[in-house]
Amino acid sequence: MARIAGVDLPKGKRIEIALTYIYGIGRSTSQRILDEAEVDRNLKSDDLVEGQIAGIRKIIDEKYKVEGDLRRDVSMNIKRLMDLGAYRGLRHRKGLPARGQRTSTNARTRKGPRRSVMGKRKK
Amino acid sequence: MPRSVKKGPFVDEHLARKVRTSLGTDSRRPIKTWSRRSMILPEFVGLTLGVHNGRKFIPVFVTEDMVGHKLGEFSPTRTFYSHAGDKKSRLKGGK
Repeated sequence: MARIAGVDLPKGKRIEIALTYIYGIGRSTSQRILDEAEVDRNLKSDDLVEGQIAGIRKIIDEKYKVEGDLRRDVSMNIKRLMDLGAYRGLRHRKGLPARGQRTSTNARTRKGPRRSVMGKRKK
Repeated sequence: MPRSVKKGPFVDEHLARKVRTSLGTDSRRPIKTWSRRSMILPEFVGLTLGVHNGRKFIPVFVTEDMVGHKLGEFSPTRTFYSHAGDKKSRLKGGK
């Protein structure tokens, strides 16, 4: 049972995939880490020996920003935009898309579940 | 794709000229400009610029954090409009 960068330990998955359970690590970052640590990508995460885990942990600690640190960075960036009074910050404040997408329809990810409006019915 | 570093930041020449002259004097009046597309340079910090939003000049006091953004980002062009009963209906979620 490997525990890297906090709480992450999916068993029975290939290590290449298992690493992507860490916030901030996707497939390509995962592959780069494993290549550098010289660990076979196809090993199951519970078949790793302690030395390999230590190697992976060391690389992630030194070179990558993951989990809490990364989350804090992202929210700091958003907060900066909001404090600045920039257009993108205003959009974040209102919970609307910040990159010029249409909002007449769609944009449900940012706007959340539909709120039905009185009298908006097809005739 | 970001702008090539080779070219340097983009600032309209007429704005750059205005800023340079105002740095010499110490007038506190906002510099009016239509150049929303110009990038905010470190030299602008501490100045107040009147950025046109299509209707009027929005005073923007430039702080250090704003360097690297475009002037237009701080001068919204759209009027936010919401319906009168919006708050109520949002709470109820009525049909």
